Amino acid sequence: MSDAPTPKPAAQAAGRAGMKKELPEHFKAYRHVWVAVELERGQVHPVSFELLGEGRKLADKLGVDLAGVVMGPPGEETNQAIREAFAHGADLAYLVEDPILRDYRNEPYTKALTDLVNAYKPEILLLGATTLGRDLAGSVATTLKTGLTADCTELAVDADKSLAATRPTFGGSLLCTIYTLNYRPQMATVRPRVMAMPERVERPIGRVIAHPLDMREEDIVTKVLNFIPDGQSNKVNLAYADIVVAGGMGLGSAENFQLIRNLAATIGADFGCSRPVVQKGWMPAERQIGQTGKTIRPKLYIAAGISGAIQHRVGVEGADLIVAINTDANAPIFDFAHVGIVTDAVRFLPALTDAFARRLSPHNHDKLAG
Amino acid sequence: MHIIVCIKQVPDSAQIRVHPVTNTIMRQGVPTIINPYDLFSLEEALRLRDQHGGEVTVITMGPPMAEDALRKALTFGADRGVLLTDRYFAGSDTLATSFALASAIEKIGQLYGRPDIVFAGKQTIDGDTAQVGPGIAKRLDLLQLTYVAKVSAADPGKSEITVERRAEGGTQILKTRLPCLITMLEGSNEMRRGTMPDALRAARAEIVTWSAADAGIEDLTKCGLRGSPTVVKHVFAPSARQDKATMVGEAGDLPRDLADKLLDDVFTRQPAILIAMSALSSL
Ligand SMILES: Cc1cc2nc3c(=O)[nH]c(=O)nc-3n(C[C@H](O)[C@H](O)[C@H](O)COP(=O)(O)OP(=O)(O)OC[C@H]3O[C@@H](n4cnc5c(N)ncnc54)[C@H](O)[C@@H]3O)c2cc1C
Ligand SMILES: Nc1ncnc2c1ncn2[C@@H]1O[C@H](COP(=O)(O)O)[C@@H](O)[C@H]1O
Repeated sequence: MSDAPTPKPAAQAAGRAGMKKELPEHFKAYRHVWVAVELERGQVHPVSFELLGEGRKLADKLGVDLAGVVMGPPGEETNQAIREAFAHGADLAYLVEDPILRDYRNEPYTKALTDLVNAYKPEILLLGATTLGRDLAGSVATTLKTGLTADCTELAVDADKSLAATRPTFGGSLLCTIYTLNYRPQMATVRPRVMAMPERVERPIGRVIAHPLDMREEDIVTKVLNFIPDGQSNKVNLAYADIVVAGGMGLGSAENFQLIRNLAATIGADFGCSRPVVQKGWMPAERQIGQTGKTIRPKLYIAAGISGAIQHRVGVEGADLIVAINTDANAPIFDFAHVGIVTDAVRFLPALTDAFARRLSPHNHDKLAG
Repeated sequence: MHIIVCIKQVPDSAQIRVHPVTNTIMRQGVPTIINPYDLFSLEEALRLRDQHGGEVTVITMGPPMAEDALRKALTFGADRGVLLTDRYFAGSDTLATSFALASAIEKIGQLYGRPDIVFAGKQTIDGDTAQVGPGIAKRLDLLQLTYVAKVSAADPGKSEITVERRAEGGTQILKTRLPCLITMLEGSNEMRRGTMPDALRAARAEIVTWSAADAGIEDLTKCGLRGSPTVVKHVFAPSARQDKATMVGEAGDLPRDLADKLLDDVFTRQPAILIAMSALSSL
């Protein structure tokens, strides 16, 4: 991604590409698509499966293999991660297993991944844009002196077989497609939930190539003194919720967000909001939905009093069904919602909660009053 | 302690508009600000300096007008501003940006003292990549602490630092050695108000202004467009969805009737949702 405020003009970029389009000889050996399978504290992050699904498509178009890269401590955790990599489409797996890799730390993980790339030479390397993935990707790309495109929303293979990575630019109002010319691997990160989850198909574990870490704990300066798991209270798993209800500035006050929480509790939904609601302090930051918040892909998304600005839209477009409630019939949200209602959300939300309650459980209606 | 903070001047994206017809960016009159995420790092740097003594140097790479961002940082209490500006830097991607900044930081270290900590923002609001910080760390061989929610303890004498770092699903308490590179999480502190003496000092201060050569950069092929492996090929507006929302209800409907009409529609389209809800709801 160009770091200057102005992206390089297309003509200039093309001119440069035209100048030396030929991939340097030593990069020609770089083949196959890799996905870093993110394993933190025994759990594979679901974004890794989403990336395997996307990586599968790229590998098929290129006619190459898809590999899952697993780094972690020896034991059942890495085994499980490898099994899942195959179940989500990998043809083979690379494994760096060492007790040093129990907790994520930049130094050993950077070495593990950089060594693997140098030894086995992938043409494309994908990572999740999580706190782990972003910490690691920047270090690895700088060590390898290659290009890295962050937070992609679309990945494709071009006619000349290079990776076309599309991401939002200018605060999300426009998209741009970025290429890594003349360097390998072509690296990209993708945020959780931006790509669809591929179907899981149980398959036997195939080829696994193990590679040593070749580091001693004494060589590593940074020590993990403790890990404090998130408490129940701030465990917001909005990104993976099946049903999401959100409110925007149209709700008018912090108090009115109780209407959102009531509806969410009644239908078993998680809840969120637009960015200005967070800026007002009406909701905590981890509830923000959109380009600079969470990307969601629920079966049902109900947006109340949200105008539907592009930065909000990119975070919710993956929903199967979008219902919008807004007083303004011309609000941009009606351009991408599936079902719309022009009405005052503050008056409508209690009626909607009530209607859901009646359908869900006709006998329990009375319990919900108030 | 000598602390260096990387700040970037960015257009205030809250005020950028896209032309509704031509889909081009309307930049005219859009004010520039210090990248908001950088302020959390700057404040943390100032606090550490206030505790341990020393100096805070702010650095930016950008056009000559980026000097304003440095001056602003001086009003908050930073001690020195360094502007890295050269046409050779134009079109830098994150790899080339981290090269230029790392080179300049080395030079700053030679002239004003080796830094104990280099701060960068978590990410910018225009580039939005979160890559430049880790890139600088790697190039200068600094230990890297990203997404830091709190600096719990810093001991420049022993060259030790302990931080709380946001990880997936929890918080890591990490202890490492100085020098290191830190990116602060948003909301981890609140930027102070500058004092009057700082404002006066900032207005008069001399901003150190360096070209690539001044910063000790010899290999210009690592700078700007030439030093950038990534290339932006197309910029385009997202395509509109073909069909607009189906509108439910009529003007005079009572909320209750409207709600029922909506549910009929929703459950006709997605019958499975009812099942999901029954399983999840708190009824
Ligand atoms: C770099 C950048 C990143 C951003 N990232 C995000 C992001 O991640 N997520 C995000 O959401 N935004 C983001 N934004 C902000 C975004 O551009 C919009 O400003 C924001 O989404 C608008 O929020 P809103 O719809 O709640 O408020 P408004 O735009 O103020 O809209 C309120 C809406 O409520 C309607 N309304 C008013 N009263 C009622 C009522 N009684 N009942 C029903 N409807 C009513 C109005 O008609 C209007 O459509 C970002 C902006 C920038 C520049
Ligand atoms: N041109 C620049 N000058 C100074 N610091 C920068 C520049 N670009 C990026 N940075 C620093 O790197 C951080 C991450 O930027 P980015 O990778 O663009 O998201 C920013 O918050 C800044 O601290």
